[in-house]
Amino acid sequence: MAHFEKATSLHDWLNQRLAIDTLRRVLATEYWIPKNINFLWAMGMVLAITFGMLLISGIFLLMYYQPNVDLAFDSVNYTIMKEVEFGWLWRHVHGVAASVVFLIIYIHMFTGIYYGSYKKGRELIWISGMLLFVTFSAEAFSGYMLPWGQMSYWAGMVITNLFSLGDLHLNGLVEWIRGDYVPGQAFLNRFFMLHVLLLPLVIIALIGLHFGTLRIPHVNNQEGEEIDFDEEAAKYKAGKKKEAKVIAFANDFLAKDMFVVSIFLIFFFYLVFYHYEFAMDPVNFDPADPLKTPEHIYPEWYFLWSYEILRPFSTNVGLIAFGFAQVIFFLLPFLDRSPNAKPAHKRGLFFYWFWALVIDMIVLTAMGKLPPEGIFSTIGLYAALTFIGLWIILPIITKMEKEVKE
Amino acid sequence: MGKAFGAVASVGAVATLYAMKKTWDPLPSVKAAGFTTLDMSAYEDNKLVTEKWRGKPIFVLKQSPEMVEYAKKKDELKRLIKVGNDYFMIVVGLCTHLGCIPGYRPERKDFLCACHGGQYDSTAEVTKAPPPRGLDIPPFKVDGMKVVLGEEGPEYKKMLQDGITLPV
Repeated sequence: MAHFEKATSLHDWLNQRLAIDTLRRVLATEYWIPKNINFLWAMGMVLAITFGMLLISGIFLLMYYQPNVDLAFDSVNYTIMKEVEFGWLWRHVHGVAASVVFLIIYIHMFTGIYYGSYKKGRELIWISGMLLFVTFSAEAFSGYMLPWGQMSYWAGMVITNLFSLGDLHLNGLVEWIRGDYVPGQAFLNRFFMLHVLLLPLVIIALIGLHFGTLRIPHVNNQEGEEIDFDEEAAKYKAGKKKEAKVIAFANDFLAKDMFVVSIFLIFFFYLVFYHYEFAMDPVNFDPADPLKTPEHIYPEWYFLWSYEILRPFSTNVGLIAFGFAQVIFFLLPFLDRSPNAKPAHKRGLFFYWFWALVIDMIVLTAMGKLPPEGIFSTIGLYAALTFIGLWIILPIITKMEKEVKE
Repeated sequence: MGKAFGAVASVGAVATLYAMKKTWDPLPSVKAAGFTTLDMSAYEDNKLVTEKWRGKPIFVLKQSPEMVEYAKKKDELKRLIKVGNDYFMIVVGLCTHLGCIPGYRPERKDFLCACHGGQYDSTAEVTKAPPPRGLDIPPFKVDGMKVVLGEEGPEYKKMLQDGITLPV
């Protein structure tokens, strides 16, 4: 039995048993954040808050949703939307947050790419972040199945068919994933399980890992400056707060984070109350019909760019290009051969590469939404080729990059 | 000691994975989803009818004399099923690209898949990518003026052998 003193207060009682003072110091008051950053560094907190809203709204939806092919559509569109008081609120928060979370993820990712926040000791931050992106994608897809509307059914059909891997004809694998020849009860039930249990658990674990990978290398800053965190922290603790290049995570930095979060929430709830329809595809308000494909099938906006990389090619080539698009971002820390962990505007050609990638992905997104005919097909094809080309030239242009001196 | 523990644990892990894999297999009731019998005397020329077999849409298109001529010219008669004196296109109505249902355009006598722009002619042979091949033909058996889907008759087995269709 370890030795315990009689506690002088509740704080002391907890401290003896949980070391809450140490926890607070390690996680908040002595977790150091560079001063030289901008609002883009608050996206992580925005994402954490959005995930929290998804979780809470999801819990309330779960209490009325029925994972049954005959009941699912009505449980969402009638029970939750019309009968349950404030059911519409949870659904619209959930739908809007699922869409907006990807907007913030993309901003978060491209901030990281622009400022080189995946380099020199920060590789694992990038890789764990990409794992989160993939898991969020799976979470979004499995959630999209649940209302069992036309888009749910046909997106489920098309995406599970990808696993037959073109000319390999792995029909057995596709049927195993579905538990049926076509998406049916077994399919809806297992995607329900993935959406409400397994994938959220994985996401929570990955968020923990993502924070862990950040701990030692610390957050990057606007100039990519290498900071001696011990030295700067010592200055801060000695009261030279103006001189120190760092501030404490809480409450100093958190106050700024929360300011950005507040602005975001105004925008977010504006969407929830006045413009939720962008996250609610009208086609999905028709119940699933296995004998009728909707006129025009497209995924939600955040998947359009990778969908457009699949579409212009024949099946096998398309699948290879699609597979390439899914994994290539993971390799970014290793494809970027430059010694500079600097913002893109200090890195010469990389600056143009960055903006070419952003523009190309916006073009792919736009073409993915349009019908695959005529000029749109052609633009889509060239944009897809450009995407692949950009990643092929990345190691070459970054290898040529000269070292930037401080 | 560590090795012995590892060996026992890995046997357990493999057994567990096997059970998990089998749990996700289609259920016997799903697999036993019966056979569909079509009465071929009920169809009209160039009028697409969608039937259902194992939850999948089945396209039946009775060929008009003009369409039979087209099929002969393109050497695609082998894709059609002869019942009595008539030729029928009977295919699984799911695009061989990613499984959308192509729409039939009777005036142009072709199919267009809206998802990715694939096209098929009146024998369901592919005419425009991305689909890698024509629509698949389900297992069938001709029985007088009836066709039973799900049973493998001699005509179907020959089609499989000749590589005209893939097993569905």
